[in-house]
Amino acid sequence: MCLAVPMRVEEINGSRAKVDSAGVKVEVDISMTPEVKIGEYVIVHAGFAIEVLKPEEAEETLRLFREIAELAEGESNEVP
Amino acid sequence: MRVMKFLEEFRDLDLAKKLAQKIRETARKDKITLMEVCGTHTMAIHKFGIRGLLPENIRLISGPGCPVCVTPNQYLDRAISFSFKENVLVTTFGDMLRVPGSSMSLELARAQGGKVKMVYSPLEALKLARENPEIKVVFLAVGFETTSPGICVTVAQAEKEKLKNFLVLVGHKLIPPAMEALVKDKRIGVNGFICPAHVSTIIGLAPYQFLARDYGIPCVVAGFEPLDILQGIWMLVEMIEAGEAKVKNQYQRVARESGNKNAQRLLEKFFEPVDSEWRGLGVIPKSGYKLKEEFSHREAEKMIPVKVEETREHKGCRCGEVLQGLIEPKDCPLYGKVCTPESPVGPCMVSSEGSCSAYYKYVGI
Amino acid sequence: MNKNRIVLAHGDGGRLSRNLIEEIFAKAFANPELAPLADSALLALTGKRIAFTTDSYTVKPIFFPESDIGKLAVFGTVNDLSVMGARPLYLSCGFILEEGLEIEVLKRIVDSMKSASEMVGVKLVTGDTKVVEKGSADKIFINTSGIGELLNWRTMGKAPEPGDEILISGTIGEHGIAVLCARGELELKIPVKSDCAPVWELVSMLYQEKVNVKWMRDPTRGGVATCLNELVLGQGFGVMIGEDKIPVLDSVDSACEILGLDPLYLANEGKILCLVKKGEAERAREIMRKSQLGKKAEIIGEVISEPAGKVLVRTKVGGTRVLGMLAGAPLPRIC
Repeated sequence: MCLAVPMRVEEINGSRAKVDSAGVKVEVDISMTPEVKIGEYVIVHAGFAIEVLKPEEAEETLRLFREIAELAEGESNEVP
Repeated sequence: MRVMKFLEEFRDLDLAKKLAQKIRETARKDKITLMEVCGTHTMAIHKFGIRGLLPENIRLISGPGCPVCVTPNQYLDRAISFSFKENVLVTTFGDMLRVPGSSMSLELARAQGGKVKMVYSPLEALKLARENPEIKVVFLAVGFETTSPGICVTVAQAEKEKLKNFLVLVGHKLIPPAMEALVKDKRIGVNGFICPAHVSTIIGLAPYQFLARDYGIPCVVAGFEPLDILQGIWMLVEMIEAGEAKVKNQYQRVARESGNKNAQRLLEKFFEPVDSEWRGLGVIPKSGYKLKEEFSHREAEKMIPVKVEETREHKGCRCGEVLQGLIEPKDCPLYGKVCTPESPVGPCMVSSEGSCSAYYKYVGI
Repeated sequence: MNKNRIVLAHGDGGRLSRNLIEEIFAKAFANPELAPLADSALLALTGKRIAFTTDSYTVKPIFFPESDIGKLAVFGTVNDLSVMGARPLYLSCGFILEEGLEIEVLKRIVDSMKSASEMVGVKLVTGDTKVVEKGSADKIFINTSGIGELLNWRTMGKAPEPGDEILISGTIGEHGIAVLCARGELELKIPVKSDCAPVWELVSMLYQEKVNVKWMRDPTRGGVATCLNELVLGQGFGVMIGEDKIPVLDSVDSACEILGLDPLYLANEGKILCLVKKGEAERAREIMRKSQLGKKAEIIGEVISEPAGKVLVRTKVGGTRVLGMLAGAPLPRIC
């Protein structure tokens, strides 16, 4: 059940954290992501935060998509 | 309208079309077969209609990516026997409830008086054990490397609190050994693997290197959003066309090359790899987990003696072949006729990550 | 006898039963047709054709965000009449009470039903009460049957044709999520309220403006997906809806992603799904948007000639998938 919704960390209490996504709140175990900070996003699976999301990498991936998209457009506009 | 951060941006229609076009331009070979080994990928591909965006020469097949589906009947039969034992409560993820064992499912067992409770996390099972010291709470630990570290955290907590009544029926499996078994089977013919996003988040990229190095099969770790999957496919196609075999990471915003070290340490501490039986694939060496000796007092199989009925497979059920990507759900003679979500014969139709369930839901009969 | 709780004698037709009816039910639903408390209510209907419906309510839990089983029992049945193009007039109500139910709880539910019926202008004219042993029912089950007078809506029931359009009156999935969350079995906290509301106002607005509506439903159990499948089953046409056109609250979306649910299959209790003749959709949408209940109305799809008998979804990324009938185990006791 890899439910992959990134959830924002709002509160940290030892090995537990309160996280939120669009108003939906849940408490998760952060033993696997002990360095996480409030405001960061985590991937939650079966009650555990399994990793911290890297926003700059997300941006980079989106930038790559756009780059590929431009290439595709560029090639389709080429005179045959 | 919908503003879910870090999800919506990866579902952009325009970008998807361009990516699909890029794939179309790059894929020159007559036939390219790509396999994903993750139930969530199976579902996402169907849900977003990805196949329809790809050119004819690319074939996407589903492998054994559904942990519930690859759990053999005997595990389920044992769990059902536990549920009828006095002072034992079986706790499980929702997926397992309706999977048919040799003669019944956990849900049916519950209807007949068996003690079964659905939980969303092993920590809920631990809470039940804490609150009910006179009952042995057994958690059905099924799942791949995304799920197994969470069980380690739970067992660690149980040890700390000295909760003797929290037990685990370990059924965890490991993905890379299964991928090797698939590649060795000449019938399957995979040209590239779409690697599971969250298993890879835990284990990193290293465990897949042998596929590229020894078998010449490129691998890409891809996220679950449609743009992730499309980009992952494009990265594979690029490598296949160039005759290149490497392991690459598309899901860089979450999966690190080295994986999650904390999770890996937990797995190291609590589990050891053992040979394990996979439905349809037979026994695969070192492809399952067992609790280490010093934690064997948590192993339900050891601690609760039960009589388990003789394992019976359902006649005509071809889940095994579906799980290896040898046939599509619609090729199974039982699909849609005898085997439906309301009355499933095999796990592939029941589990929310099963190939047949995805096919039935999104494609139909 | 415990004055605060329902006991078996409350259901046996004797003095205790009579007291319960007079003190609680008759007082709340006071109207001339109910007053005699006879074996049947005697009604006069002016129109030639009536709509008649019945529904039983076993929702668990009985109180959930901003609503309860009583309100649901009134609006649910009233809505079933409304979407057939019938003005709701009369309701019957059968209660099955579990021994031990607190009378205060019953009063609360009955009061809620009183407010709800007053809001729509429908009269509760006849009823029945039974009490069963503890454990034989879960607190309270309610059945309501309803009679409505059919409007002279000539376009209703006409055959759908390719190009006809489909609308939803607002955001979907809230009732299903609200009830699921109220069960307290989830570790999630979800700020979603049930959308339980009467849709008669929306229906009568569409009627008065003479919108060419061919088909209408309230998408309760099984959600929008189930309704649409019922529309096309065995017919010579299909339906295509656009995933990005479906209005969903962010919190419902998020909850569904987390729980692995699809809003298209979740119950709604205050929405209408309707099919209008080609060219009428924008007008229908604007009319609905004038009402508080319909302010998020959207055009979500159209009738197609092929594949017949199927509901398709155009996904956000341009792919297509089939939206099948609800398969497997949906959420039990959702309404």
